[in-house]
Amino acid sequence: MFKEYLTVREISGPLVLVEEVEGVKYDELIEITAPDGSLRRGRVLEVHEDKALVQLFEGATGIDIYRTRVRFLGRGIEIGLSLDMLGRVFDGMGRVRDDGPPIIPEITLDINGSPINPYSRDYPSEFIQTGISAIDGLNTLVRGQKLPIFSGSGLPHARVAAQIVRQAKVLGKEEKFAVVFAGMGITFEEADFFLKSFEKGVALSRTVVFLNLADDPSIERIATPRVALTCAEYLAFYKDMHVLVILLDMTNYCEALREISAARKEVPGRRGYPGYMYTDLASIYERAGRIKGKKGSITQMPILTMPEDDKTHPIPDLTGYITEGQIILSRSLHRKGIYPPIDVLPSLSRLKDRGIGKGKTREDHADLFNQLFSAYAHGKEVQELAVILGEESLSELDRIYYKFAEIFEEVYVNQGEYEERSIEETLDLGWKLLTLLPQSELKRVRPEFIEKYLPKEKFTPERGG
Amino acid sequence: MKGKIVRVAGPLVIARGIPGAKMYDVVRVGNAGLVGEIIELKGDEASIQVYENTSGIGPGEPVITTGAPLSVELGPGLLTSIFDGIQRPLDVMREKVGDFITRGLDIPPLSREKKWDFEPAVKEGEEIGEGDILGEVQETKYIRHRILVPPGIKGKVRKIRGGSFTIEEEIAVIKTDDGKETSLTMLQKWPVRRPRPFKKKLPPEKILITGQRVIDAFFPLAKGGTACVPGPFGSGKTVLQHQLAKWSDAHIIIYIGCGERGNEMASVLLEFPELEDPYTGEPLINRTVLIANTSNMPVAAREASIYTGVTIAEYFRDMGYNVAVMADSTSRWAEALREISGRLEEMPGEEGYPAYLPQRVAEFYERAGRVICIGKDGREGTLSIIGAVSPPGGDLSDPVVQATLKVVKVFWSLEDWLAYRRHFPAINWLTSYSLYVENLESYLKKEIAEDWLNLRKEALKILEKEADLQEIVRLVGVESLSPKDRLLLETARSIREDFLHQNAFDPVDTYSPLKKQYLMLKIVLEFHHQLIKLLEEGKDIQDLLSHPLREEIARMRYVKNEDEKTLSDLLERVRKIGEVAHV
Ligand SMILES: Nc1ncnc2c1ncn2[C@@H]1O[C@H](COP(=O)(O)OP(=O)(O)OP(=O)(O)O)[C@@H](O)[C@H]1O
Ligand SMILES: [Mg+2]
Repeated sequence: MFKEYLTVREISGPLVLVEEVEGVKYDELIEITAPDGSLRRGRVLEVHEDKALVQLFEGATGIDIYRTRVRFLGRGIEIGLSLDMLGRVFDGMGRVRDDGPPIIPEITLDINGSPINPYSRDYPSEFIQTGISAIDGLNTLVRGQKLPIFSGSGLPHARVAAQIVRQAKVLGKEEKFAVVFAGMGITFEEADFFLKSFEKGVALSRTVVFLNLADDPSIERIATPRVALTCAEYLAFYKDMHVLVILLDMTNYCEALREISAARKEVPGRRGYPGYMYTDLASIYERAGRIKGKKGSITQMPILTMPEDDKTHPIPDLTGYITEGQIILSRSLHRKGIYPPIDVLPSLSRLKDRGIGKGKTREDHADLFNQLFSAYAHGKEVQELAVILGEESLSELDRIYYKFAEIFEEVYVNQGEYEERSIEETLDLGWKLLTLLPQSELKRVRPEFIEKYLPKEKFTPERGG
Repeated sequence: MKGKIVRVAGPLVIARGIPGAKMYDVVRVGNAGLVGEIIELKGDEASIQVYENTSGIGPGEPVITTGAPLSVELGPGLLTSIFDGIQRPLDVMREKVGDFITRGLDIPPLSREKKWDFEPAVKEGEEIGEGDILGEVQETKYIRHRILVPPGIKGKVRKIRGGSFTIEEEIAVIKTDDGKETSLTMLQKWPVRRPRPFKKKLPPEKILITGQRVIDAFFPLAKGGTACVPGPFGSGKTVLQHQLAKWSDAHIIIYIGCGERGNEMASVLLEFPELEDPYTGEPLINRTVLIANTSNMPVAAREASIYTGVTIAEYFRDMGYNVAVMADSTSRWAEALREISGRLEEMPGEEGYPAYLPQRVAEFYERAGRVICIGKDGREGTLSIIGAVSPPGGDLSDPVVQATLKVVKVFWSLEDWLAYRRHFPAINWLTSYSLYVENLESYLKKEIAEDWLNLRKEALKILEKEADLQEIVRLVGVESLSPKDRLLLETARSIREDFLHQNAFDPVDTYSPLKKQYLMLKIVLEFHHQLIKLLEEGKDIQDLLSHPLREEIARMRYVKNEDEKTLSDLLERVRKIGEVAHV
């Protein structure tokens, strides 16, 4: 049906140059039959007269110049979608990976999607309760937001993400929801951890999993988040579901991008990553959101490990420039044994303002949030000062703040992996902590809220609890 | 006869043999008819940057030229619109094709059906020339859209008619000096890369009031001036740009979302129809034009978006209005430039940016200014540009930041350490600057108060001193400072927290009129002077540090803007604290 070319001229890394071709289109899907009969897929990166530069998703191992057969399929990369995908596991290109039957698609969509018209967007404002105080209380997530987790190697981001997946809910609503999980370059163990935790929590039947493991072809990772998001868009905008998408680990994705860029000998940008990485990442992250008049939504939680814990590394940096805030995990909190080790000060949810308050969480949320935040920030500053000058040099008030910051981390940030705090519990806990400060220090909360919510008794934390 | 595509590499297409190909002409690319622009000609080959996704396009497909450069449509209907980077109306696009951007669409930017009431301002037989006002249309409640004689046209009015017309219907006929008759409509076009002409440029002399205290009081922008806002992610560039779009005392706002988030445009679309312009009481959207080319929309159209925006701005400037352009973010524009340059295999300069980057940046900001418009009434118009810059890692040595700093006169430096402390706007008061303070001096003295600039100077000095003292505190502790210095630290804190800090999301605090700003700063400094006096009279420093008036000072920001009395009273009480015997 399709013309077959035997004109592979050059193979270099994941790139293949095919010559004497006709009618080839940019970004077209190709299929290659290697001499051993195995099938590979790729896409056209560039076409110049009768030459096509092709990027292979599954690597070039076993491909040669003489016997390799190339077919151009005349369409982009597509994925067939159906509700039967719920509860199933697929590979990084969307092919069945578990033992189940093949998917009979209801609809087939191009994995690159199309940009949402900004005029069609509905502003996200519905509060999602994750049951984690450091998120719900201070970095509130809303439906349709893209909020990444910036982590480091060895930090428990997978456990945090799994906990969020288990516990996330919109209060007072019984709605259709689903989780789409895309694993890129993660280990079998990490993947297994998620699969098991899905079995326990959300029920696997609400989950679609796409897996490209560490030993799977690295270039395939370019397709994985796109395949996953196409599935998410189908569930959200065709099937009215609220979809939470977890992308783990975006660092591996970016490395695949760099690999292709290097193979093409492009002028490298910062630290060897291509100059178009911002645009490329945006084409993934911007696929979160809500659309006016549509019931469903896509909330994205990409996870990335910061190389050397460096927030200015291009991967977290460009991600931060696109997403609507970030949850940062801290190695020092982790060392102190605090779980989840969320570094509250540099973390930020940019969409929280319209998701909290009366009718959403509670009237006192914003004030309380500001007070806790500033008290903790002050406490941390005092702690730093104390390192240099010694605790004795602190004023009495500063010593109170010093203590406050400590207790805040141990009691508020710290919580069990299976502990689900309701938003009321989180807010009340915040008020309890405020009893540790002299009331004259509570300048950011309105007097009527102090009257209504501040406990009369001073809080005494149970140590080590 | 048509040209043929020979190469497709992302947004760059190379075609051969396009008849009549000229630099910067718009072409239609491929069977899908995608919009592109010729950016390089080499022999028979034209390099084309394509403003739409090129997937599925290949060699052999046709390319035809429209023979005209990339232009915008100008006329009634611009206000309240939202366009993409090449002026396609996104609201109409949604009606036509649904919620996702589709390519190859041909939708005119301005409505061809809508009728506007045109009121002529000239009579038949009158001599008119370029820039003269032909007539007016009440476009929104407070904006009269002046229909001007297009540049290059001069002659006698042969015909002019008032009434209700679409923008394509004839409203006037001009007999030019060479005897030809030119028919005029309310619709005009202008190529985006060519600045619109004006008679004369003048130095800016009036402040662009923004209602943001740190800006108006410390680092003011002039009407017709240029400013840049660099800062790392999350430091508050967009919130600041939104604040300026909301509260600036400009007649017209052009807001360009260049390669940024879709939800940020959604938030403008949600808020602007609701919020009132403090100067007219009208919904803010009625004075606003939005350009939205978000980060996931085609990258080449991002490059065009800032020119589309600034050309529309010039058009309103030419009517004699004060126009302000916000471009968020110019870094994304520069990156688009870099991407195309890379595909053209041009010699890369710093960080891969093309060597002509500084030139392009300078040309863009040069389109700002205070001018005498063309036209015989000598009216004045201003165009201010505020560009956000997003340097990698917040590093100000970034080429885009550096190129921008060379040309703009105001620098608002946003910093993440301030944002982490939730000190907003996170503008560093030590490193930011405005080179307009001198130009504005006499105006500010007259409009606000004779001592306004002295207050400013003193406050800045206290903050500078604070930075020095903090060094010492870090080394040896606060106890080692003299009581006077401790008082100064407290005042510095008050300047920062009670004056500079401003919450964009609080209904009152979000905007402060100049008068309120003046009173607030005056109170903080007067309080300082009074306390120093008390200290010198032997009062105890601890009592002074915890003086009960501090609480009232901290709440000044929430005093309603129209209520000047509360603050004047407070100032009086502050002046008299020495008389109340004990503190
Ligand atoms: N004046 C302000 N008042 C209150 N909050 C603010 C203010 N300015 C910024 N913020 C807070 O900081 C967050 C980030 O601001 P913003 O989105 O403007 O950052 P940005 O510099 O544009 O980042 P990016 O480069 O990623 O686009 C906001 O969501 C808001 O929570
Ligand atoms: Mg921004």
